[in-house]
Amino acid sequence: MAAPMLRWCCSGRRFAFARVGCGSCHRRGPPTGSTSNGKRGQSSVAQQPHITAQKPRKGEPEWAAVVGLEIHAQIASNSKLFSGSQVCFAAPPNSLVSFFDASLPGTLPVLNRRCVEAAVMTGLALDCHINRKSLFDRKHYFYADLPAGYQITQQRLPIAVNGSLAYSVYVGRKPSQMVTRTVRVKQIQLEQDSGKSLHDDLRSQTLIDLNRAGIGLLELVLEPDMSCGEEAATAVRELQLILQALGTSQANMAEGQLRVDANISVHRPGEPLGIRTEVKNLNSARFLAKAIDYEIQRQINELENGGEILNETRSFDFKLGCTVPMRDKEGKQDYRFMPEPNLPPLLLYDSGSLPSGADPQQVINIDQLRERLPELPRVTRQRLVQQYGMLPEHSCVLLNEVGLLEFFQNVIKETRAEPKKVTSWVLNTFLGFLKQQNLAVSESPVTPSALAELLDLLDRKAISAPAAKQVFEELWRNEGKTPAQIVAEKKLELLQDPEALEQLCRSTLEAHPDVVMDLKRGNPRAINKLIGLVRKATLGRADPTAIKEVLERQLSS
Amino acid sequence: MLGRTLREVSVALKQGQITPTELCQRCLSLIKKTKFLNAYITVSEEVALKQAEESEKRYKKGHSLGDLDGIPIAVKDNFSTSGIETTCASNMLKGYVPPYNATVVQKLLDQGALLMGKTNLDEFAMGSGSTDGIFGPVKNPWSYSKQYREKRKQNSHSENEDSNWLITGGSSGGSAAAVSAFTCFAALGSDTGGSTRNPAAHCGVVGLKPSYGLVSRHGLIPLVNSMDVPGILTRCVDDAATVLGVLAGHDPKDSTTIQDPVKPFTLPSLTDVSKLCIGIPKVTFTKVLSSPIQTTDLGNRLVEFESLLCHFY
Repeated sequence: MAAPMLRWCCSGRRFAFARVGCGSCHRRGPPTGSTSNGKRGQSSVAQQPHITAQKPRKGEPEWAAVVGLEIHAQIASNSKLFSGSQVCFAAPPNSLVSFFDASLPGTLPVLNRRCVEAAVMTGLALDCHINRKSLFDRKHYFYADLPAGYQITQQRLPIAVNGSLAYSVYVGRKPSQMVTRTVRVKQIQLEQDSGKSLHDDLRSQTLIDLNRAGIGLLELVLEPDMSCGEEAATAVRELQLILQALGTSQANMAEGQLRVDANISVHRPGEPLGIRTEVKNLNSARFLAKAIDYEIQRQINELENGGEILNETRSFDFKLGCTVPMRDKEGKQDYRFMPEPNLPPLLLYDSGSLPSGADPQQVINIDQLRERLPELPRVTRQRLVQQYGMLPEHSCVLLNEVGLLEFFQNVIKETRAEPKKVTSWVLNTFLGFLKQQNLAVSESPVTPSALAELLDLLDRKAISAPAAKQVFEELWRNEGKTPAQIVAEKKLELLQDPEALEQLCRSTLEAHPDVVMDLKRGNPRAINKLIGLVRKATLGRADPTAIKEVLERQLSS
Repeated sequence: MLGRTLREVSVALKQGQITPTELCQRCLSLIKKTKFLNAYITVSEEVALKQAEESEKRYKKGHSLGDLDGIPIAVKDNFSTSGIETTCASNMLKGYVPPYNATVVQKLLDQGALLMGKTNLDEFAMGSGSTDGIFGPVKNPWSYSKQYREKRKQNSHSENEDSNWLITGGSSGGSAAAVSAFTCFAALGSDTGGSTRNPAAHCGVVGLKPSYGLVSRHGLIPLVNSMDVPGILTRCVDDAATVLGVLAGHDPKDSTTIQDPVKPFTLPSLTDVSKLCIGIPKVTFTKVLSSPIQTTDLGNRLVEFESLLCHFY
C-alpha cells in the first residue's frame, strides 16, 4: 500500500501514453486502525468537513490526490438535439435559432435520432450498459443564455451507465514501461447546450448568441479514479480519439466541442476522501493537466498550513497558471428537477426485442449500431503494431496527430519501401518538419505520393540516405518538383558505377597517405575521414556504407 | 342563418344559399353588437374577410376544401396564431405576435375556416370562471336571456344592471360565449382540468375534451404539459365530431401525440337512447351531485361494472 510521495509529472507532448510519477498513488480505503488521532477516527463519511493537518513523519506516505472529470462533448449532428435548426461552427450570431431554441411559447421538443445514435455508439465504445429505457428531465436555473429557464437533461435515468475508459501511461523512464489504467465511466447522458454570453464590459452589457442553444451534448461522468493532471489529460486525450473515431463528436477543445470540468480532492492514504473543489474553464488538455496539478498542490499546501478546503468552484487562469475562486456560493443551487413532460421515455431495442412490424425510421436497434461501430483507437494501435512491426509508442504518435495516420497509410500504399522505413520517415523527418513550422498534417507541402516516391528511390538505392534528406528539404519548399526531378537537378544520384567508385577510393588513398598511416596505426576514426574525403570527391553521390566497404577492402589488400 | 349548426351552414354554402363573405360579415356584425360580452380579445376582421374572399373563389369553382370551408370559427387566445397578437389574457404576452400557427389552428385554416378572432380566457388558462384575465371577465350570454332578466327583476333591489351578470365558467369562457352567442360555428378552447367542459356547461353548448395524445398541442401555450389538450366547442355534437375529425392525428412536432393513424369517423344517428349503455364512474355518483341529477328517473338502471360483458384494460 506504499504510496510514494506525489512527484511532479513531466508535462511533455500530449500522448495517449504519458509519463506518470504518481502511478501507484492510492485510492480511497477505510481508515486504518493505526491512525491514532481521535478526531479523524470519528466519521467515515467520504467528505469530512475538516482535515487536521499533521506534520508528516519521516518515511510516512504524504498525500494522495483524487481526480474525477465531467466532460461535455458536442454531438456532431446536422441539427440540434430537440429542434431542426442547423449545427454549424462560427455562423453569424443568432442565425441558427429555431422557435423552440428561442423558447417561444407553445413550442415543443422533438428528439433527434442521430443524437441518440451518437450516445448509444459512444456508450458501446466505452463498454457501458445501455439503458433500454431512459428518461428526460428539466433542470431549472436562471441565466440569460438559457431562454427557457431550464435545460433538458437526463438526471434520473441516463442513456448509458457503468462503462470504462482505458488509457496507457509510462511508469518509468523507459518507453517500454507502460501500464494500462482504466477510469470508470459512471454515466453518459444526453442534454442541451446553452447559448453563449458575450460580456461587453465597455458598454456594460451582455450580448446573447443563441446559435449554440439546444445543440446536443453528451455528458460523460468519469469516476474519481485518476490521481493527477497527467492521468486526467491522457484519459481525455484517449476519449477525444474515441469520439473522433466514432464520428460522434469532433471533440476539439479549442472550439468548445469538448469541455472538461475537474473535481479534485486530496487525502492521506488510508483515510476518507477530502473536500473536493470543482475546476472549470479548461480549454486544452495541457491546461487541464496544469490546472489539476496546481489545484492538488494548492490543496496540499492549504492543509499542511492548517487551513481547510472549501467545497467551491474555481476557474483556471491560464495566464497566471493558477486556479481562482469562481462563483459566489450563495448556498446550494436548487435545480428543481422534474420529468420533462413533453418527451415520452426513450425506448431502445435490440434485435431480440424489436417489435415486429416496427417502422425502422422510428426505432433504434442497439445491435445494429454495435455492428456498425468503426475500429476504435486501441484496436487501431494494436493493428499497426502487428501489421507494421512498429513500437506501441509509434502507433500512439500516429493516432495522436490529426491526419497523420491517413498520411502514413497513403504513403504505405504507394511505396515499396519497408514499413519500418516509412514509420521512421513519417514520425521523425516528416513530423519533425511539421512541428518546426507549427503546421498541421493537412497543411503539409509534401504529399504522401511525393514521400512515397522519395522512399522508393531510397529503397532502390538510387540515392543515399543523406541525399534523401536533402531531397526532402527541397520538397518541403513546395516548388512543384517531384523527387526524381530534384535528384536529377542536384545530381544526387548514387554512383552506380562500381569501377568509378573503386577508382575514386584508390585515388583518395593515394592522395592522403598520412591518413592511411594514421589508420594503420590503429586510429579508428581515420576511416571516417577517408570516407568523408571520398564522399567529397564523389560530390556526395556515393553511399557512405559502400565507400567504407570498398576502402576497407582496398586497404586490406 | 347564424343559428344553424356547422353542418347545416356548410350545406348552405355549398348550395350557394349564402356566400362566405356574407356569412363572415354577419358574424363580424354580431360580434360588434355583442361586444359587451367581452368574449373576444382580438377580432381579426381583415384576416377573416380575406379568407372569406378566397373561400368564395373556391366555392365558385366548385372546389371547396371540405365541411369547414368558409365557416367562421374563433380560437382561444392561448393558441399561437401567426401575425395575430396572442396574449393568453396576460400582461406578460401583451403585444406578442407569434411567427407561427399552432398545429390545430393550421389544420382549421387549411380546411378553409375563417378566423373571426382570439377569444378571452382566464390568464394563462389558470381559472374556472374566465374572470381573471387582464382584459376583464367574460359575460355569459345567458345573462341576457329573457328568463334570467325576469328572475333578476324579481330579485333585484335596484342594483346596477350592468353588474348583474353570470359567469361563463372557464377558462375557455370566451370561446364558449362566442359559440353560445352565435358569433361563430365552432371555437377552440383548451382543457386541462375541465377548462372546455366547464364553460360549455355554463353556456349551454357542447364542449369536447379529446383524449390526451389525440390532438396536437404544438402551439398551445401550456398550463400543465401532461394534461393540456385543445378543446372543441360547438352548438351540437355532430359539429364537434366534424371538427375533431379534422384536428385529430399524430403531429411530428408534438412528441406526446400517439403515432397510430386516426381513422375518419361519423357518429351514428341515434333516435332511441333506451338501449344505450353509459359508463359512470362510481366515485362521481355521490351525495355531492346536485339533486336534479340524482333524482331524475329516466328508467335506466345502474349496474355493477363487472356484470357487463366488456373488455377490461
